[in-house]
Amino acid sequence: MPAPFLDRDLYVRPIDAYIDPPVPRARAIITHGHADHARSGHGAVLATPDTIAIMKARYGEDSARQFQALEFDTPLVVDDVTITLKPAGHILGSAQVLMEHQGQRIVVTGDYKRLPDRTAQPFELAECDLLVTEATFGLPVFQHPDPLDEIGRLLRSAAAFPDRAHVIGCYALGKAQRVIALLRDAGYDAPIYLHGAMIRLCELYIARGIPLGELKPTLGTSKTELSGQIVIAPPSAIKDRWSRRLPDPVLAVASGWMSVKQRARQSGVELPLVISDHADWNELRQTIAETKAGKIWVTHGREDALVYHCRQQGLEAEPLNIQAFEEGEEGEPDAPGESES
Amino acid sequence: MRRFAQLMELLALTPSRNRKLEALTEYFRETPDPDRGFALAILTGALTFKNVKPAILRDVVLAEVDPHLFALSYDYVGDLGETIALIWPHHGGTEPLPSLSDLVELFNMTSKTELPRLIGSLLTRASINERWALVKFATGALRIGVNARLAKTALAAMSGKELQEIEEVWNGLTVPYTDLFDWLSGKAGRPEIDHTARFHPLMLSNPIDEDKDLEKLDPADFVAEWKWDGIRVQLIASKGRVSLFSRTGDDIAAAFPDVTESVFGDAVLDGELLVGPDFEPLPFNDLQQRLNRKVAAAKHLADYPGFIRVYDMLFDGDEDIRALPWSERRQHLENWFDKNPQTRLDLSPVLSYRDWEDLAEIRRRGAAEQGHEGVMVKLRAAPYLPGRPKGLWYKWKRDPNVVDAILMYAQRGHGKRSSFYSDYTFGVWKGNEIVPIGKAYFGFTDEELKQLDKWVRNNTVASFGPVREVSKELVFEVAFDSAQQSGRHKSGIALRFPRINRIRWDKPASEAATLDEMQVFLTAT
Repeated sequence: MPAPFLDRDLYVRPIDAYIDPPVPRARAIITHGHADHARSGHGAVLATPDTIAIMKARYGEDSARQFQALEFDTPLVVDDVTITLKPAGHILGSAQVLMEHQGQRIVVTGDYKRLPDRTAQPFELAECDLLVTEATFGLPVFQHPDPLDEIGRLLRSAAAFPDRAHVIGCYALGKAQRVIALLRDAGYDAPIYLHGAMIRLCELYIARGIPLGELKPTLGTSKTELSGQIVIAPPSAIKDRWSRRLPDPVLAVASGWMSVKQRARQSGVELPLVISDHADWNELRQTIAETKAGKIWVTHGREDALVYHCRQQGLEAEPLNIQAFEEGEEGEPDAPGESES
Repeated sequence: MRRFAQLMELLALTPSRNRKLEALTEYFRETPDPDRGFALAILTGALTFKNVKPAILRDVVLAEVDPHLFALSYDYVGDLGETIALIWPHHGGTEPLPSLSDLVELFNMTSKTELPRLIGSLLTRASINERWALVKFATGALRIGVNARLAKTALAAMSGKELQEIEEVWNGLTVPYTDLFDWLSGKAGRPEIDHTARFHPLMLSNPIDEDKDLEKLDPADFVAEWKWDGIRVQLIASKGRVSLFSRTGDDIAAAFPDVTESVFGDAVLDGELLVGPDFEPLPFNDLQQRLNRKVAAAKHLADYPGFIRVYDMLFDGDEDIRALPWSERRQHLENWFDKNPQTRLDLSPVLSYRDWEDLAEIRRRGAAEQGHEGVMVKLRAAPYLPGRPKGLWYKWKRDPNVVDAILMYAQRGHGKRSSFYSDYTFGVWKGNEIVPIGKAYFGFTDEELKQLDKWVRNNTVASFGPVREVSKELVFEVAFDSAQQSGRHKSGIALRFPRINRIRWDKPASEAATLDEMQVFLTAT
């Protein structure tokens, strides 16, 4: 293929725009609302309506000079580049960016997953010449189980310990709503209690047409009332003073990282739930093959193993090493973070 | 296998000892023989498969997974067994895995050449969680925070028997312990065990209460010995076989061949395992070099030769003398030493004293001049009784040393304390700088813990992961049993058994101790 019209820092040369730039830029295309992809201070932002709503809720109405909404699967011609946002299945509004220019097709996946999730528009495959793929779970040890099985483990534990609260550490955007939706789909219809940091984004999801059932704040709820209940909180809160208001809590964390038991054990997680909003190793490989791309750039995660795999398959592959701080699911932040107390 | 995998996961992930205990008890109660016996054997480290080695599992996986990708994954996960369980690429599990007893049979009967194929098919049939438990079961490398004692405690809870009764028969039993479970569930009597192979629970002492006990006790009814600073052991020598057990009944003979191979004559002896040349004990730190090892390293055998300072006798030859008074047992013991000259056993000498004041002075001087931990005071008329009977054996420890030290770092605790900063590192002055001398996480009340937690949060100057550095303002009165020279710590001092005695909210940091003042605590040994 001819030299890509996309630079390695995801700068789209023909239209002078960046995809998910980590610093303020004049023109930005944003794949989804997580803070390592969407930040405030850009000039013009192009994104899906859901992503724009999330950015405005998190950073304020004027967090970019100008927002331009683009529906999924609706080609937009900018100069001689045609941009189409394809659903990525990661969180509400998350998109892959498909760009066509002089016969060359490039897809930037952003973060994505292919398992069904009713809180996000389902992933659509787009064939291309150059694929820029995420690699958060780019190691063969990451083979995500069926999330409903994981929810089953949570519900069994809740039944086994009726006097304890189950507190689930999840990110406020995406994971929290996914876990709530999975609980509802599994038939759990009791109120689910929310740490203060979760409330605003759950309300946003509901307002945008994702029903989540009855939600209540933990603030002002007595310890007795929380016995036997399920509570959703940011990971930083479950190990901090905030959790003392809960009756003998079972600490659960919902994340793709939880598959490694020895890690879960070391971080004091009693009930690891392997629920991920990213593609696992098998989905990453499947997607790379199905896009029929001959050239692969790997970013956001464990690039080494996926680059190695692509080269074994005879594909041209390189790591991008884009510097980004991770919100997504990486690690366990120790910062006091979003605290209610 | 499914039930065992659930048990293993719960044991690995729950930080609470009580909850682990409940889970084990329930498992042993519900699971039929012989499966529960095999589970017990795996949990206590009593079952290993000769041919199923980590290297074989690794080869099985490397036949299916690219070696470079495996290496990257292992590097990330850090545990070979878990890497194998997570990376296995085939998922065909409709047929359930065999029961534990069938697995044992399969692992033992399958030839080395057939084993890889068997393991591969089992890994494919397993669910993710079962695969993890299967690898642990096959290799015996559990790393789930369960030891033999916890498993035995669960057996006691399940049956209403005393832990001690179970420990007494334990070392004579064989996998899968059907006779043990028959006894525990009341279906049969207690298993008959040859005493020469079995551990006899130890007689333990109570701390003396100087204000209450001494005036009631007649010094002439008692004898005293030094309280030795090693580990308590039981040595069983019978017909050329020698076993060595720790106080909890763990067999530690393999780590001390220098001792076990030297024993001459038959007896069951109670004493203190120490290291040092010519019966001169070295500090406890040196003994530690030799503990918790499967085999003894040649260098350690040379640098830290082991010996046992014997203070009691349970069996003289085949004769059970536990019911005899101490004075007669001691006579048996001394006669036995006369008849059977020893190179790595010696007698703990009996101290002579006139009255309690005299013994107090002996105790004080022994601590100051020779670093003795204290003295043991034993009733001459006492039989050898297992457990901790009242009024027969006392330990009279030296007064603890105390030092005023400054809180430097605090770290979050575990389990119930995971939201509290409950582990404290403290230090003393060295010139204008403060150097750490130790770490303690108990000695304070729950209420004090709350206050300390709050103080730490309000006085943090830096955070490193789970550790907070605090401003150097708060003084602890730290009690400790002894201090030893240590090359590992910047201060050059290591404290034995430090605990927070008092929180000195009132005391300014400038008045805390200095490193120079600490030198007087260094033991003479």
